[in-house]
Amino acid sequence: MRIGLFATCLGDTLFPEAVKSTAVLLARLGHEVVFPPGQTCCGQMHVNTGYQREPVPLVRNFAEQFGDASIDAVVMPSGSCAGSVRHQHEIVAERYGDAALRSGVATVKAKTYELSEFLVDVLDATDVGAYFPHRVTYHPTCHSLRMLRVGDKPLRLLRAVEGIDLVELPEADSCCGFGGTFAVKNADTSTAMLQDKMRNISATRADVCSAGDSSCLMHIGGGLSRIKSGTRTLHLAQILGSTRTAPYALTEAAR
Amino acid sequence: MSTFLGMPATPPRAPYGTGNLRGERKFPRAAHDELLNEQLRRNLGRATGTIRAKRIGVTGELPDWEQLRDAGSAIKTDTMNRLPELLEQLEAKVTERGGTVHWARDGVEANAIVTRLVKATGSSDVIKVKSMATQEIGLNEHLEAEGITPYETDLAELIVQLADDKPSHILVPAIHRNRDEIRQIFLDEIPGVDPDLDNVPAHLAAAARTYLRQKFMTARVAVSGANFGIAETGTLSVVESEGNGRMCLTLPDTLITVMGIEKVLPRYQDLEVFLQLLPRSSTGERMNPYTSMWTGVTPGDGPQEFHLVLLDNGRTAALADRIGREALNCIRCSACLNVCPVYERAGGHAYGSTYPGPIGAVLTPQLAGMHAAKDDPNSSLPYASSLCGACFDACPVKIDIPSLLVELRHQHTEQAGTTAEKLAMKAAAGVMKSPRIYTAAQKAASLSRSVGVGGRDRVISRLPAPFDGWSDSRDTPAPPKQSFRAWLASAEGAATLREASAEGAARRAADDHQEEQ
Amino acid sequence: MRTTARDTVLGRIRDALALAPVPAAEIPRAYRTGRTLPDGERLALLTDRLLDYKAEVHPCTADRTAEVIAAVLEERGARSVGVPPGLDEEWLTAYTGRVQRDCADIPPPSLGDLDGVVTASAVTCAETGTIFLDGSPDQGRRALSLVPDLHVCVVDLSSVEPGVPEAVARLVPERPTTLISGPSATSDIELERVEGVHGPRTLAVVIRTDV
Repeated sequence: MRIGLFATCLGDTLFPEAVKSTAVLLARLGHEVVFPPGQTCCGQMHVNTGYQREPVPLVRNFAEQFGDASIDAVVMPSGSCAGSVRHQHEIVAERYGDAALRSGVATVKAKTYELSEFLVDVLDATDVGAYFPHRVTYHPTCHSLRMLRVGDKPLRLLRAVEGIDLVELPEADSCCGFGGTFAVKNADTSTAMLQDKMRNISATRADVCSAGDSSCLMHIGGGLSRIKSGTRTLHLAQILGSTRTAPYALTEAAR
Repeated sequence: MSTFLGMPATPPRAPYGTGNLRGERKFPRAAHDELLNEQLRRNLGRATGTIRAKRIGVTGELPDWEQLRDAGSAIKTDTMNRLPELLEQLEAKVTERGGTVHWARDGVEANAIVTRLVKATGSSDVIKVKSMATQEIGLNEHLEAEGITPYETDLAELIVQLADDKPSHILVPAIHRNRDEIRQIFLDEIPGVDPDLDNVPAHLAAAARTYLRQKFMTARVAVSGANFGIAETGTLSVVESEGNGRMCLTLPDTLITVMGIEKVLPRYQDLEVFLQLLPRSSTGERMNPYTSMWTGVTPGDGPQEFHLVLLDNGRTAALADRIGREALNCIRCSACLNVCPVYERAGGHAYGSTYPGPIGAVLTPQLAGMHAAKDDPNSSLPYASSLCGACFDACPVKIDIPSLLVELRHQHTEQAGTTAEKLAMKAAAGVMKSPRIYTAAQKAASLSRSVGVGGRDRVISRLPAPFDGWSDSRDTPAPPKQSFRAWLASAEGAATLREASAEGAARRAADDHQEEQ
Repeated sequence: MRTTARDTVLGRIRDALALAPVPAAEIPRAYRTGRTLPDGERLALLTDRLLDYKAEVHPCTADRTAEVIAAVLEERGARSVGVPPGLDEEWLTAYTGRVQRDCADIPPPSLGDLDGVVTASAVTCAETGTIFLDGSPDQGRRALSLVPDLHVCVVDLSSVEPGVPEAVARLVPERPTTLISGPSATSDIELERVEGVHGPRTLAVVIRTDV
């Protein structure tokens, strides 16, 4: 397949390793990965904070960058950005867009996938040839779980990873407290949620807490770093991208 | 009136400064203080955890739970579409069966109607069944000011009333209190209570029984809310547990029921859906202990005088919003509160309204408005959510609360005019809509690293306002040396992808070879 | 001319619906309705649910009705019971205590002096363990089954329906109807269920399996 990779603004700028792993993984599975260079941001932060006029150019740009019929699927290592493209772009287009935008949005929406659902549903792959000999727990992230309904797809992918010691995260489906600007506007409540999430993560004694969204990982990882936890955060794509020939180096220093 | 002019007018919100639909502080400020209360957090965490587990158990055992939700949602949508005719039908049926129907434009008018009706009976006190509508309009406060004493008879409402406190939950208004606190409230406030009363819930309930028995037996007027009002038959219904509802609805001579106009249901048959959805979502029981259904007045059985007060108080304003009106479908089960991570930590008081939690965050601003005054506390409610979506999954009538929150946030930013945040959002969109400027900004961010941002450990531990709340408990990584797109464009990026393709191809070839053998 | 609150509210609703029209909703009723279950299964299901609510369950055949009712009342030490005006007189023939036949002249508070009440029932839902009283002569006015502390309720198995839709379909809407699922209870203190608040603290259900 010819796959349009959407790096997401956060992944592109702050967490490039997760996007690199996504690209490497898709290439390894035999697909052509294209990166439309004009891509920027999906506008999720704007919409979730209450701004729907301002992201119109972002929604338009996304539709233009990935609308090309030669791109079979748009894949991104983020449940919340995929959720934005699939659920919010049409709200913005309906309200503040023109007919062309509405049609463009509908076209890309139909071929947009979060990484784990793309691997399992479209490529029918659960064993992606990964190797990751570490103790891992998985946080499902709210948008993947309840907006995209990815269900246990990420866990099926992780269970197939060679060498992995996958441990269940207690109260896994409760929110980590990120919620985009929520963590800034309601920092105290967000912190209380984060503390409970970190307590559950610590209880697993995992080396790595993984998830399918760099934003939630930034939040959880920022908290774990502050309390000097023994657990570090790693995007699902980085675990799936790790192989016997090119294993992920989980250094003590990084922990 | 407007119908004569031909142009529909936007209906008004609940009048500013009346009732209990607005707190004094914005949510983050109020939540900040509530979060410091360790006892509150323990009480809430325990209680919501218990009820979550019960709800999952009894909703999971029904194979047609999703079909019931679909039906419940559609019945409510249909009801809103046909509200005028359904209310007229309800009014006609109740009147036909000996009841009297009153209409109230807002809480002020409803309070005045109830007061007038109570005074006409000559009674100086009323017994009350737990009711969200009368809580919303501040009926108790109004009655007291008029010299009428209201006695709350639901155990939790009694606890709240005795402690001069405010409810913090739709179903369990005293959820923020534990057994020790309740024991102390009873010892302090119930006249003649056994001084050796301990903290065993059964004993506390028994103390309430003894205290209220006398009131039930002597009261001449009761005030209730209603869970459902059936247009087809004129039947009203109250769903409860303790029997205080049955006492109030049965023993007094006069019954006054205050019902929001959105509580009407078209058909008696619809109860077959809601009597399954409500108890299982609410208390997590297959059925609540008692449900009373009455139609007007029955000679020789129950109150011989019945008044139904139909309340607007901002409901029509919510109805005038194509998206927001979905909040009117709420059946007040409180499942969304019990699953909400924000509610569980901040508690109900932080919302400042009779309706707390996720549904409160979308209902309150629509009933009472969120721009009624400068820095209206209600404008902070749509932001009191991480948009985690647990409420949508739990809602028995499938109200898409996260989408409503996002919509109300949008309405807020549209109303708020030019703010620093809006300018920042515009600026961010300005950068991001142009790949050229965006890439330049990324380079600048990477460069910040070389000038020492993040220090040696590549971690930023202190950020300026408004991000200081974030950095109080979270480190932020310094931007990496290279963005993804820079890496991809580099020789290293291209080589890595080529190698991955080759490795994958080799692996597949090996796998195929193995299969052939 | 003064506009009434009624006209104003109805006018606002019509305005709201004109400002924000929403397409008409089709109501999908794909949930379970019209179910039937064999006698044994309905009895087992109902018994399980009633016991879960901490109600007493006494299955018996119709010819033992009076004997079982008397045993339940006597075990509880009930020396006086109220009965609705239309209750089958045969049912209390084995009981040796005082029987007060209810009538409208008896003020409800004095019902509190009774040790218990015996009523029949209209319909019962097995799946939720819910008994429906509808004020028929053998069930009486609502106060009668509410004020005394012990309620002995006779349920005929033929009146037991599998689920809520089947039970609701058998009701007469205009009758004052009370749904009873176990003794009164509260979960208002730390969400811990406590049986027995204002309604009868004991509910004993006599299920007549051959009626």
